Amino acid sequence: MEDLLIYVVIFGTLIGAMTYAAILVWFERRMLAWWQDRLGPNRVGPFGIGLALADILKLLAKEDWVPPFADKKVFVIAPCFVMIAMLMGFAVVPYGPETYIADLNIGLLFFMGMTSLAVYAVLLGGLSSNNKFSLIGGLRSAAQMVSYEVFMGLSLMGVVMLSGSFSLVDIVESQQDGWFVISQFFGFVVFVVAGIAESHRLPFDLPEAEQELVGGFHTEYSGMKFGIFMVGEYLGVILISAMIATIFFGGWIGPGFLPPIFWLAAKTFCFVMFFILLRAAMPRPRYDQLMSLGWKVMLPITLVNLVVTGGVVLWMNT
Amino acid sequence: MIKGILDLIRNTFTQLITLKMVLHHTFSPPDTVQYPEQMPYLPPRYRARIILTRDPDGEERCVSCNLCAVACPVDCIVLQKTESEDGRWYPEFFRINFSRCVMCGMCEEACPTYAIQLTPDFEMCEYDRSNMVYEKEHLLIDGCGKYPGYSFWNVSGKTISGKDKGEAENEAEPVDVRSLMP
Ligand code: SF4
Ligand code: SF4
Repeated sequence: MEDLLIYVVIFGTLIGAMTYAAILVWFERRMLAWWQDRLGPNRVGPFGIGLALADILKLLAKEDWVPPFADKKVFVIAPCFVMIAMLMGFAVVPYGPETYIADLNIGLLFFMGMTSLAVYAVLLGGLSSNNKFSLIGGLRSAAQMVSYEVFMGLSLMGVVMLSGSFSLVDIVESQQDGWFVISQFFGFVVFVVAGIAESHRLPFDLPEAEQELVGGFHTEYSGMKFGIFMVGEYLGVILISAMIATIFFGGWIGPGFLPPIFWLAAKTFCFVMFFILLRAAMPRPRYDQLMSLGWKVMLPITLVNLVVTGGVVLWMNT
Repeated sequence: MIKGILDLIRNTFTQLITLKMVLHHTFSPPDTVQYPEQMPYLPPRYRARIILTRDPDGEERCVSCNLCAVACPVDCIVLQKTESEDGRWYPEFFRINFSRCVMCGMCEEACPTYAIQLTPDFEMCEYDRSNMVYEKEHLLIDGCGKYPGYSFWNVSGKTISGKDKGEAENEAEPVDVRSLMP
């Protein structure tokens, strides 16, 4: 029985996350259009939702082309990384008091490790394409990574101090009487900024930067390989949103009349919307601006937050 | 240091204002016109499919002066002048290649007789490119278009049968160059 439940959760996560990501491709366009006073794709099926399916069919029908000048093995394997890493990240998200795939005692570290691995997909894709635009995209990704990975990890340490555990299940449990967004507001802000950079979303989509770099790291990708990059990106958005909801907004905790998974989904959805809103509203900074933001602003904020949190925790305990 | 912090706060604030402004658009209706179901308003002087018009007597207005063909920036008008028995010029053939036409309206401006005019009908899609070449019978309409009542031959000084020099509207009697009288 226990075994069955875990399989249900695993498959539910896989199918749910993939479907969500595919639908998000359509949903994002509709929302962007909404905020830009347009209509967006509304022809295929009710509200145009069939576009998600049509997109997949189109990508499957495209020629799966590997450029002759590319480093073939790496080129083929790169998109898989982003997908696998992002899906692995979902393993530690608790959907309810008893419903989770894995309650790792290093859940938070596992999540950060997995999202960092996803960056390698971008790096490898950019490098193996043997194309100048892709290379610049990959380079930017590397530059971006060194600037946000540091404070991304540190921003969560305040939460770890308060809850006393790296396990996401425990972190959610310890928010029963107050979300961490209140006590860890700066940690939250910093984590959101880092999360945007991590999932390569506007305004920090420097590795992709359609307007400057054609397609950035995935310039040479076509067909389903491109599709996997795309779905990976949206999986990243969902994962980061789910993490923000779990770590700072009490995860599945909510009024009891609806199942816990609903509250998690609703909170995640809000942050997905926020990601889309950012894309609709914000211009993209240069990457030196992003780096200086990371090192000169975000890192000091995180460190101060960390020291203050540590002090308060000590003071409370004595 | 202090200035940097103040700048940071200000910059953050401006970004938040941007977010708020975009979020406000949640409540504004879309500007999109859903074209095939919903036609956009096209003003009468909208520039699209070209027509050749006739004067009030039902004769072709075009006098084959070739000004439109010269004015056309993409050289998509071809015509051949011929002459009727009563002395009127008219095009033997008149061909516009709409696959090249950029709907700029230069031809309309160049035309001295209001013969060539642009209309608001822009729906000219074809599967076959050669169907975009319109001949005179496709272009000619049975009316005056945008300038009713104007007839080039009635106001011009050129002689045609039934109208001699000096007989056009507002035209003065021709000067007798051999006479000494003022
Ligand atoms: S509208 Fe412009 S391009 Fe078209 S036929 Fe007239 S002059 Fe040529
Ligand atoms: S359409 Fe007008 S400009 Fe063109 S040849 Fe005829 S009279 Fe001349």
